[in-house]
Amino acid sequence: MTSETHALSQGKKGKTWKSFKIVLRRDYQLYLLVIPSIIYFLVFHYAPMYGIQIAFKDFSPTLGITGSPWAGLKHFERFFSSHQFWRLIKNTLGVSLYQLIAGFPIPIMLALLINQVKQKHFKKLVQTVTYIPHFISIVVLVGMINVFLSPTSGLVNHVLELFGREPVYFLGEPNFFKSIFVWSGVWQSAGWGSIIYLAALSGVNPELYEAAKVDGASKFQTIRNIDLPSIMPTIIVLLIMNLGRIMNVGFQKAYLLQNPLNAGASEVIQTYMYKIGLIGMQFEYSTAISLFNTLINVILLVTANQLSKKFTENSLW
Amino acid sequence: MRKIKQSREDKIFDMIKITILVIALILVLYPLYFIVIASVSSSQAVNTGQVWYRPIGFNLEGYRRIFDHAMIWMGYRNTILYTFLGTSINVLLTLTLAYPLSRKTFRGGRFIMIFLLITMYFNGGLIPRYLVVQKLGLYDDWKIMVLINAVNVFNVIIARTFLKSSIPDSLFEAATIDGCSHINFLWKIVMPLSKAIIAVLILYYGIAHWNEYFTALIYLNDEKLYSLQLVLRSLLIESQAQDMLESADGAQQQDIGELLKYGLIIVSSLPVLILYPLLQKYFVQGVMIGSVKG
Repeated sequence: MTSETHALSQGKKGKTWKSFKIVLRRDYQLYLLVIPSIIYFLVFHYAPMYGIQIAFKDFSPTLGITGSPWAGLKHFERFFSSHQFWRLIKNTLGVSLYQLIAGFPIPIMLALLINQVKQKHFKKLVQTVTYIPHFISIVVLVGMINVFLSPTSGLVNHVLELFGREPVYFLGEPNFFKSIFVWSGVWQSAGWGSIIYLAALSGVNPELYEAAKVDGASKFQTIRNIDLPSIMPTIIVLLIMNLGRIMNVGFQKAYLLQNPLNAGASEVIQTYMYKIGLIGMQFEYSTAISLFNTLINVILLVTANQLSKKFTENSLW
Repeated sequence: MRKIKQSREDKIFDMIKITILVIALILVLYPLYFIVIASVSSSQAVNTGQVWYRPIGFNLEGYRRIFDHAMIWMGYRNTILYTFLGTSINVLLTLTLAYPLSRKTFRGGRFIMIFLLITMYFNGGLIPRYLVVQKLGLYDDWKIMVLINAVNVFNVIIARTFLKSSIPDSLFEAATIDGCSHINFLWKIVMPLSKAIIAVLILYYGIAHWNEYFTALIYLNDEKLYSLQLVLRSLLIESQAQDMLESADGAQQQDIGELLKYGLIIVSSLPVLILYPLLQKYFVQGVMIGSVKG
């Protein structure tokens, strides 16, 4: 580096520092305000990231995270070669894709239909009612599933009996698990999920509808040619976000719905991680699985985002 | 303008539309309605499938037993405490973080946003977080319930978008001339002008605390600290409701055990469901604000 450029860069540095001092003097209170939150994120979100290294270690609580000896990729290899691996992947992806295919379009359709309702009271009624299940806790939702699907006293089996069918123990049948999981989720969140599309629809220029009407477009054509294109950016952004979560099947619900009879279908990566890690106390193994899971999610998220950027000009970043 | 007559196609569309929406209404409402009528019916009538559209053999036995149960009261008390304290911390931190981020002149805001957004998609996972909590001495401590989810990034974005659009920088400049500092400005001017977003935050965070189950499951061991949802799990899902019926005998016990579940569902969801219609406009507002691209 010549002395001239050196002086220049020093001068620049001096200038930045000076302007930074001015900013600091002017805005020091703003920095004070954000400090507590920053500390929170460092402690509860970034400090755990430091702990990820135990996935590559033979962790011993007495030696601590840093002191424990390295173990290479041992724990990952163990996971990939375990007899659980493919079953967990299959169950996780199965539930997740089913959820995406069934659960993603329904809020969109609901929003498009609600948007077409001109009677104010009916519109309000539909919205109010369909949002309610969103506020029910997971524990209560699973409790409801339990009472409704009970083989001896449940409502669903009473209906089956009316049609002369034998009662079914739905929660004990691995084959029913995915459907129970997904459709109870649709029941709980379809209404709530439609709000964001309704918000996007409320922003459509009314002149477009007028023009369509004059051109003699049917309502169905209006939906196809005006409504759908206007919410397309929202749809794509939400789809990308969903793809970034594909390996995360809601732990809480899966865990609560699980029982020994349906375990063949209900054991997903998240529940396995919890059992291995916190119940079985195999910290390294569980962290390795968790890291593998996060990586797949991040890869899917980035890929989906790139593809969308390329083909639709919509993206998260 | 002449009103254009509805075409036949449109009439059919309207009919299909109304039919679908009415079916959706029934699908959502009927299970909820059934739980209400089942909870006040005779357990035998419910379990043998006689209850369909109105209570049969009206009785409040289930509720009486629920209110006699000490664990439920304790869960209630703990959850109210966690909800109140947790939400206060949440709202305070969210606003103090969102306000600087909403100011155009704030240097480093972009960096902080990235710092926050990373945590939405990348985290240490269950075990590393558990180890941190343990190291802090917060395992089996009630404080973990109000600290672990102290700030939600999504809610920060909502609040920031709101503050950005409703509190112009010029307002602060005007206040500065009168010698107002940022903290004073936030307290005396921003807060009163942000009632709508504060309501939204209280609701979002409040409901999350009320329904919180995961944190309690992982970090609480002492039953005295259990939140309502954790108590509910053992009664509703692990079918320990029978424990509440020491006096009753075999078959009858199971009958009432089922009945109790309907009542429990209502007792635990009631606070949220009563508040919901009153607060509904704020929820919608929250999503609307949040969906504006920030």
